[in-house]
Amino acid sequence: MSDIKVNAVNKTTIPEQEVVLSLYKSADKIYARSVSGVFDRWRWVMVWATQLFFYGVPWLEWGGRQAMLFDLEAKRFYIFGLVFHPQDLIYLSFLLIVSALSLFLFTAVAGRLWCGFTCPQTVYTEIFMWIENKIEGDRIARMRLDDSKWNLNKVTRKSLKQVAWITFGLWTGVTFVGYFTPIRELVPSIIEWQLGGWETFWICFYGFATYGNAGYMREQVCKYMCPYARFQSAMFDDDTMIVTYDEARGEPRGARSKKVAENANGLGSCIDCSICVQVCPTGIDIRNGLQYECIGCGACIDACDDVMDKMGYAKGLIKYSTQNGMTNRWSRQQMLRRLMRPRVLIYTAILVILTVGMVVSLYFKPDFRLDVLRDRGVLARFTDEGNIENVYTLKLENDTETIRDFDLKVSGLPELVMHLADGNAQDFKSLQPFEKRNVVLELQLADGAVRTGSHKILFEMTDLQSKETVKEKSVFIVPSN
Amino acid sequence: MNDFVSGFWPIWISTITLGGIAFCVGLLIFASRVKVTLDSDNTNGHEWDGIKEMNNPLPMWWVGLFIITVIFGLAYLYLFPGLGTYDGKFGWSGVKQYEAEVAKNNEKIAPLYAKYAALSVEEVAKIPEARDIGKRIFLNNCAACHGSDAKGSRGFPNLTDSDWLYGGAPDTIKVTINNGRNGIMPPMAAAIGSEEDVKNVANYVLSLSGSIHDSGRANAGKEKFAVCAACHGAEGKGNQLIGAPNLSDNIWLHGQGEAAIIKRVHEGKNNVMPAWKEKFSQEQIHLLTAYVWGLSNK
Repeated sequence: MSDIKVNAVNKTTIPEQEVVLSLYKSADKIYARSVSGVFDRWRWVMVWATQLFFYGVPWLEWGGRQAMLFDLEAKRFYIFGLVFHPQDLIYLSFLLIVSALSLFLFTAVAGRLWCGFTCPQTVYTEIFMWIENKIEGDRIARMRLDDSKWNLNKVTRKSLKQVAWITFGLWTGVTFVGYFTPIRELVPSIIEWQLGGWETFWICFYGFATYGNAGYMREQVCKYMCPYARFQSAMFDDDTMIVTYDEARGEPRGARSKKVAENANGLGSCIDCSICVQVCPTGIDIRNGLQYECIGCGACIDACDDVMDKMGYAKGLIKYSTQNGMTNRWSRQQMLRRLMRPRVLIYTAILVILTVGMVVSLYFKPDFRLDVLRDRGVLARFTDEGNIENVYTLKLENDTETIRDFDLKVSGLPELVMHLADGNAQDFKSLQPFEKRNVVLELQLADGAVRTGSHKILFEMTDLQSKETVKEKSVFIVPSN
Repeated sequence: MNDFVSGFWPIWISTITLGGIAFCVGLLIFASRVKVTLDSDNTNGHEWDGIKEMNNPLPMWWVGLFIITVIFGLAYLYLFPGLGTYDGKFGWSGVKQYEAEVAKNNEKIAPLYAKYAALSVEEVAKIPEARDIGKRIFLNNCAACHGSDAKGSRGFPNLTDSDWLYGGAPDTIKVTINNGRNGIMPPMAAAIGSEEDVKNVANYVLSLSGSIHDSGRANAGKEKFAVCAACHGAEGKGNQLIGAPNLSDNIWLHGQGEAAIIKRVHEGKNNVMPAWKEKFSQEQIHLLTAYVWGLSNK
């Protein structure tokens, strides 16, 4: 990876000298020039897809409740037909592992796709830059406006931008909180000015984070805060598709008239218009080779292709390509063939196995929970009838949103008599939605029926509606006299 | 924060904490102006395996965050305990917070209990919601000894029958829960006489409840039972004032049969139920009493 960089740097090395300087520096503001092209269109497709999801989903209803709601207070996550409880935390781990592996896979195949197209930082920056562009104009206009004295025009445009940004940020905050508090109650309570303290805080916090990160921090987040940006290069290899500048074709660069042929005067194809630098959201020059700041957004490709078109040259001076592809002048097909390399195949295999495993396990996840707690204080006792009795507390939890009936079966010992402590046969019947019930159960066995000691028994609870069964192991103790 | 056993540790901790902050500030100031060797290509001459280190200055906003962290740290150390034995301006402690939260929760649930406190135990026992609260308290605290179904086991009385050591009236149950009980039977073998005498008395005791016994021995032991009658009564019906069990029914707290009775006569028994008035409020004990009373009074 670093070869490109080092080569580019070596050319201009001049003897070193000692200087006194500060290790801190105010970051220069980047005025990214707007761009259009294939990759820009793809980015907007992703902006629309992710944002329609984010802003739209909280408004969907599912069977009389919000379709996606993370109810932290009740410790229940509703995701369409599914309800998750704290004991289902494993599925969150699954989801995070699958997400991480997807990132590894995409990165190995085509570099920082996530960064350039779907990362919220990129997506919101794109939206905020679009607003800025509409109100203050494109790159040159914005630079001029910032340099100009404060006049009516500047005040109007700047405050308009702030209003638009803050409104958008706050709406993002409202939507975010709407995933945790029913949004159809949240929005009216804002209008009626009756918002709770925590909701107000989180709306403002998330709104401010959106406004600050997308309006001001922008590339600084990618360059200095994001850990993913830094460790991604470890997942690159020589066959990873990355944004590359075709140095052999482009150099030596130089400005020229449109009438001059492409390679006249010993010049390469790069006309040194610097538009690829102007459009870059992180402010780098891709012609210096791959750099850690590059988020793989492809803006420079769109810009350069446009210029090449205007000059009448072939497109692709800057393009998605691989290190091997560049060095060996491979065709697209040759590069794609390298997709079948062990790294990609292994990532894909693990990803497929985990995803299938998660879906299958979700499908078979029982809708209720049973815990059997054996009484430890009372190991075993004799009843008046001369039977041996063990006591168990059954904790039964209905995890569904409907009323459920259950049926209990105990197996493992012959002639085991089940007796509900409260004498109520309805104890496993009509559990209300999400009800947790403690049922004390006595198991009796005739004295002398089995040998002294501990015997394994099995509790089987069946949901009479879904026919699902949950099994719990326990023991029955027969004491020596 | 006064758990230190020596005066050295508070000073040690304070020194490290404040010294660490001072070091960070010093480093921050030092790095604002340093002499470095720099190539014109912005690398500084450090090279590892062909990778050159560039001069990439830290952005100013990051330095700002650094300074905010330092200010936050100092303010925190001033307001909260962090420096050795210093309690902090707010005087916060984990114990105080815990107590405040308990008090707040008690205040929150007070109306729930107040509703039942005005009613008698008998009335409360008829309300399913109240029984549920009582049941939860019972399962979490009493079930360890008396069993989840309250039927007890050897040494731990069954609470669901009508046999009571100290009496089953609501007020008596409440006293038992509040103050606990300590039932004492002294070793009586010496007072009764020879080993034969003890065996005879044991058979007499068995005869009181109509259990299997040797009637000859029982007749012989009847006279010696006078020693036991002081507590258990002349007819062996027990005495609820001192918790002496009824020997004429078929309930055997410490084991059934001749051998078990002889063992008890020889060894005596000291059976303890702990007091709960420190752990629960009177309102909670009221509900618990109602639950326990309700077990044998359906």
